[in-house]
Order: sequence, then structure tokens, then C-alpha cells
Amino acid sequence: MAALNIKKGATSHSAYDLRDTHSDVESSHTLAVIVDNEAGVLARVIGLFSGRGYNIDSLTVAEIDHKGHRSRITIVTRGTMAVVEQIKAQLGRIVPVHAVIDLTTEAQPVERELALFKVQGTGEKRVEALRLADIFRANVVDSTLESFVFEVTGTPEKIDAFAELMRPLGLVDVARTGVAALSRGI
Amino acid sequence: MSRQMTGAEMVVQALKDQGVDTIFGYPGGAVLPIYDAIFQQNDIRHILVRHEQAAVHMAEGYARSTGKPGCVLVTSGPGATNAVTGLTDALMDSIPLVVFSGQVPTFMIGTDGFQEADTVGITRPCTKHNWLVKDADKLAEVIHQAFHVATSGRPGPVLIDLPKDVQFATGTYTGPKQARTENYQPKVKGDIEAITRLVELMETAARPIFYTGGGVINSGPAASQLMCELVDATGFPITSTLMGLGAYPASGKNWLGMLGMHGLYEANLAMHDCDLMINLGARFDDRITGRVSDFSPKSTKVHVDIDASSINKIVRVDLPIIGDVGHVLEDVLKVWKARGRKVNKEGLAKWWGRIEEWKKVRCLAYAGSETVIKPQYALERLEALTKGRDRYITTEVGQHQMWAAQFLHFDAPNRWMTSGGLGTMGYGFPASIGVQIAHPDALVINVAGEASWLMNMQEMGTCSQFRVPVKQFILNNERLGMVRQWQDLLHGGRYSQSWSESLPDFTKLAEAFGWKGIVCSDPKDLDDAIMEMLEHDGPVLFDCLVEKHENCFPMIPSGKPHNEMLLSADAEAFSSGAALV
Ligand SMILES: Cc1ncc(C[n+]2csc(CCOP(=O)(O)OP(=O)(O)O)c2C)c(N)n1
Ligand SMILES: [Mg+2]
Repeated sequence: MAALNIKKGATSHSAYDLRDTHSDVESSHTLAVIVDNEAGVLARVIGLFSGRGYNIDSLTVAEIDHKGHRSRITIVTRGTMAVVEQIKAQLGRIVPVHAVIDLTTEAQPVERELALFKVQGTGEKRVEALRLADIFRANVVDSTLESFVFEVTGTPEKIDAFAELMRPLGLVDVARTGVAALSRGI
Repeated sequence: MSRQMTGAEMVVQALKDQGVDTIFGYPGGAVLPIYDAIFQQNDIRHILVRHEQAAVHMAEGYARSTGKPGCVLVTSGPGATNAVTGLTDALMDSIPLVVFSGQVPTFMIGTDGFQEADTVGITRPCTKHNWLVKDADKLAEVIHQAFHVATSGRPGPVLIDLPKDVQFATGTYTGPKQARTENYQPKVKGDIEAITRLVELMETAARPIFYTGGGVINSGPAASQLMCELVDATGFPITSTLMGLGAYPASGKNWLGMLGMHGLYEANLAMHDCDLMINLGARFDDRITGRVSDFSPKSTKVHVDIDASSINKIVRVDLPIIGDVGHVLEDVLKVWKARGRKVNKEGLAKWWGRIEEWKKVRCLAYAGSETVIKPQYALERLEALTKGRDRYITTEVGQHQMWAAQFLHFDAPNRWMTSGGLGTMGYGFPASIGVQIAHPDALVINVAGEASWLMNMQEMGTCSQFRVPVKQFILNNERLGMVRQWQDLLHGGRYSQSWSESLPDFTKLAEAFGWKGIVCSDPKDLDDAIMEMLEHDGPVLFDCLVEKHENCFPMIPSGKPHNEMLLSADAEAFSSGAALV
């Protein structure tokens, strides 16, 4: 008594339907959520993630169209295909949400994050920090005789790597913006 | 149409323009301007409740029995927090409501002012959407948008929080037509390719079943009609969730009865063994699926739902169709007829043969009694004595609710109001009031458990005041029966806190509020007592003293698959340790 034989993807134009949503493999997805910039909209999005037990690895938000009162929320989340599909559908249900774009599924997106690192030290360590900062194309945006603040932009991985290198050299504070992302090409 | 008026006047004007005739509410400091505006008009009737939770359940009963949105007005702080259970209930069951709450003046928000609560914060997860309106000029548009959001797509409750200074302020009123609603337009038409694929599956399936839910009823009477046409024309069996009862008539020849945890044996086994499952407006709730990994393992699953997030949420389906059930059914019928109305006749005949075998199990059979009223018997008599009447039924939550779903029969949609998703004890009595207010001449009965009923009993005063002749049919087992049943089956019979101690004398209680009270404990007197209730032109509190230790069967213990259903005979042998959900 086999199930009726149904052609996968026969009724859809989206490549998603050809993929197995039941896979147990978790992956990271960068979602762009276009919303009306109205009071409480960020709380709605965050409340959805906490209320339904989804992960947020990174979240950024800013108005991108002042006249149209539109904001773009970039969320990096993690889950199986089925969970990520559910997250997208749940986001799409929020009344002031206009679009949910799964940048990871559509194409490898361009992802950038900005971070500030305060590194304290003197002598050899201070020189080494400055040398490494140069390799990472970090800018020195503040300096005293005993400290630097470096500004680094890049992928989250690059920023993680920089943080690792700075730790033994006197890293005292980090501030990161979270990921901003756009799809490649047009 | 645009005119100058105060925010409070706008609320009343917008309600009129939205065709609202009734609002359920309770006053307080933060909504006095609106109450003043209500005082000065006669178009909108205000029903003064005794507790805000009840106001929301009344609006739910009103909405579900009419198909129109229900409206509620509460004050700030405690008024709003008391409404939260009702809002959550309406969200879970997709009931359209528009709730107005008062708020402290805008300049006091955030100061912990008297009766200030973060109402939009508290109600954000229990509304479909909510608004805090800080500008009287925007108020009219927000109200019209609120009605649009509550009633479009998958319906649900919305809330508008209104600071007192905005109610006093003068602004420009605009009518419903000027309100911008284009930003929220859920898709109602299903993809025609997918619909065609569904028809192809219907043409060849040997063991098909329609699994239908509350979405069919929410879609409107036309959807129910189209569904009946399709079911009868194809000859497929049909079952429904608790929420969908009445969309297909219980007297219809293809009706298998309700499915799920306390659903019928034949319905659950047909779901388990089908090869084509057509889900119309249901959501694979855990009370339906049992253990998901064993749910209907051999079937191709089709899911029609207006809410994309319902698709693949619990059960992975083979063919999703996102759209309004009514619109989709219209297209399914068109395509199926155009392709020659084909079905797999041979397969179907065999399939019905198996279903007839399952029916022979007579899963609702119970041991009768000459001396004590069995709850099932009480409902059988209620059904027999109210048959053919213009009848609406509400319920509370517990065993009585499940027995009502099993033993009462519904031949039309919008006649059965029960708290499905949230399972809110205290829902049924106020809901019955809301139904009766919408249908003053109909017979409205709340089938209740004594424990649930006490949770909103204060509304007796509302019934007396507004002459609402609802019949409260309490199956009084002096137990939190459903809790007792789980303790019996799953916790070694340790009945921790599951009996109703110190119950009132219900007939005296009735008298105290000017109601009629009836008590009945002998099966021989039951018919006469029910007739006395039906003939009384006013509210009746019927204390039906029933068997205290009856369990409700069939039952799929939670976390078990459909084919491991317990019938009353198996129950004694069953013991499996505590259930998780
Ligand atoms: C507000 C609320 N609290 C607790 C529960 C858990 N609960 C479900 S059924 C039930 C017992 C209901 O007793 P009763 O109303 O007498 O109905 P019976 O099961 O006896 O028919 C309880 C406590 C609930 N559903 N709702
Ligand atoms: Mg009881």
C-alpha cells in the first residue's frame, strides 16, 4: 500500500519544493525582513523568535526608506530547512511585514559587519596589535598611550578571527553591529 | 466623508460605519469619554458584563454564530489584563474580534500611572495585530484597518489601545472607504496547477478522506455548501475537527463523525489507513494527530489553508494549496466536473466496506443505567428533545465538551461554539450569552461542567439584566472530570485536587438571580425536566446530577498513534505512566 505517486515539484515554480524540508541538518540563514517602520514592529519580530523558540544569531535594523517609512531587519538564524521555512512563514504573517527574503537560499549574499575593538597594552604587544590591525585593514579610530580602538568591517568570520588574535594582546572590549546583507547581482 | 469630532465620538461613528450593532464592555476611568459618547446615541447597544473576560467570550460567541466580528470595550490596566484570556482564546480559534481598551493619557504613558499597563506589549502575542493610537487624526483610519485585519485572511482578534487624551481630542473623522487597506491583502485564490493536481489525486485515490476544520466555517456559509456538494458528488468519507462540526451535516451520508483524541473510532482509523488525505482548513493540531511520526503513514497529504504558516508546521504535506477554502473548493469543483467527474469507484466501494466494519465497533457505546443519569444519556435526550429546533450549542471545557461533540449533531455551520485551541474553562456560559444576543429568538444551550461553569458564573446578572434566556445545562459530576479521567488512566488513580468541593445549591443560586433552577438526578425524570427547561421563557440553570466516575471514550492517549485508540472496554487494561502533553 504505497502512497500515491506524486511528482515532486509538479505544482510549484519554486526550487524550494524540490528540496527535502525534512532534513535534520541545521544551517544558518540570513533573512531580510522589510517592515513598516511603526512602533512595536521590532518587538513583534523578536517576540516571534522568543515565543516560538527560534534562534537569533544576529539582528540589525534601520530605516531604509524615510519617505515610505520602511525598515529592513536583517536576521541571521539557524535551523533545519523545515524550521527555517516555518520562521519565514511566521514572519510573513505579521501584519506590518511586507516581504521576507531568504538571502541564503536565493544566492550567497554579501554579508558585512562592523566591529569596534578596544585593545590595551604597551611595548611589544601594542606593536603587534597594530601590525595585525594593518593586515586586517582595521582603522585606528581612537588611541591613547596605552590603548587603541580599532574599527573592522568584514564578514562575521573575519571579525571573529580578528577578535581571536586580539585576545592575547590585551582585548578589553568589543562592540559589533550585527550582519547587514544584500543579495549578489541583480 | 470627513468631519471634525472627538476621538470618543469617532469610536462610536466608526462602529456604526462598520455595521456594528452590539458591543460588550465594562467601564472605567480610562474609557469614560467613550462611555459618554455611547450614552448619547441609540444605534449601538452596549451589553454591560460582570467581568471583562466574559465580555470577550461573549463577543466570540456573537462572532462565531453570525460570521461578523465581535466588539469589546474595556478600561485600562485591569480591564485590559482581564481580557487577555479571551484574546488568546480567539487567536487560537481564529475568531474575528475588535477590542478597544482605554489607556492613561499619552503624557503619562511610562510613568506607572494609576491603572497603567503596557497593554499593547501584553497583548502583542495574543492578538493578530494591535495598535496604540496617539493622534486623534489617525484614529478613524486605524479602527477601519482593525476591522479589515480582524476579518481578512485567517481571522483573529485585534486590539486598539486608546489613551484618554486622544479620546478627548478633536480630529478629522474619515470613513471606511478612505482607509488604506492595500498593505494587508492575503491571497484567497489557490494556485490552479496545484488544484488540478489535487483533482488528479481525487480521480485515482482508492482510500480518500476529507479532513476538515474550523477554516471551512470561517470561510463562510458558501464554503460549507461547496464542500457538501463536493463530498456528496465524489462519495468520499468526511471527518472534521472539533472546530469544524456542522460544516458538513451530521445527518449526511458520508459523515464519519469527529476525529481526534476523543473522536470516533471509524474516523480515526480511516485517517490512519487512507491513501489520500484532503485537509480543508484544519491545522494538524496535536489533539488530532496523536504521535506525529505514526500519523497516517500511507497517505498522500493535501493541505488547503489560508495561512501559509500552517503548511508543514506539524505534518509535512505533499501538496500545499494556500488560499481561502471557499475559493479553492469552487475551483476544485469546476476542474473536477470539467474533467468528467471521475472517481475510483471500485476502490471507494471497498474503502466504504472497511469503514462500515469499523462502525460496527460502536465506539460510543456506554453502559446504561436505570438509577443514575449517564452524561451520554443526558446528551442523547437533549439531542432528541431539541431536534429540528433553531438551536445553538456552546460548551465549557472538559468531558462534557467531548461528549457534547460526540452525542449532539449539527447540520449547519455556526451552530457550535466551543473553545478548541486554548481549551478555556469559563468560555461556554458567556459565549452562550453572546450567541443569544445575536439570535434573540433561537434556542441557545450551554452544555457545561459544574467546575467550568463556576469560572464565569457572575454573568448570571448580565442575563437577568438584558433578559437573555440562555439555558445552562450543567452535567454535574462533582468532579473536574477530565482531570480525574487522566489521573485515573495515567496517574494511578491518585485524584489530586480533582473534585468539586463546596458546590452551591444551583437551584437556590438560580433563584437569587431571578432565574429558573431545575435539578434532576433520576433518569426517569430527565425528559420532563429537559422539556421544562425548553419551555421556560427565560434563563434556566439546569443542574443535571450525573454519574461521577464516567470516563470519556474513545480516547487516543496523548502521544499515541490513531490505531492505538482506547475503547471503554480496553481502558481497564491500560496503564502507561504519565503523558507529556
Ligand atoms: C481555565 C482552565 N483551567 C484549567 C483547565 C484544565 N482543565 C481541563 S478540563 C478540567 C475540568 C473541567 O471540569 P468540569 O467543568 O466540571 O467538566 P467535566 O470534565 O467534569 O465534564 C480542567 C481543570 C482548563 N482547561 N482551563
Ligand atoms: Mg465536572
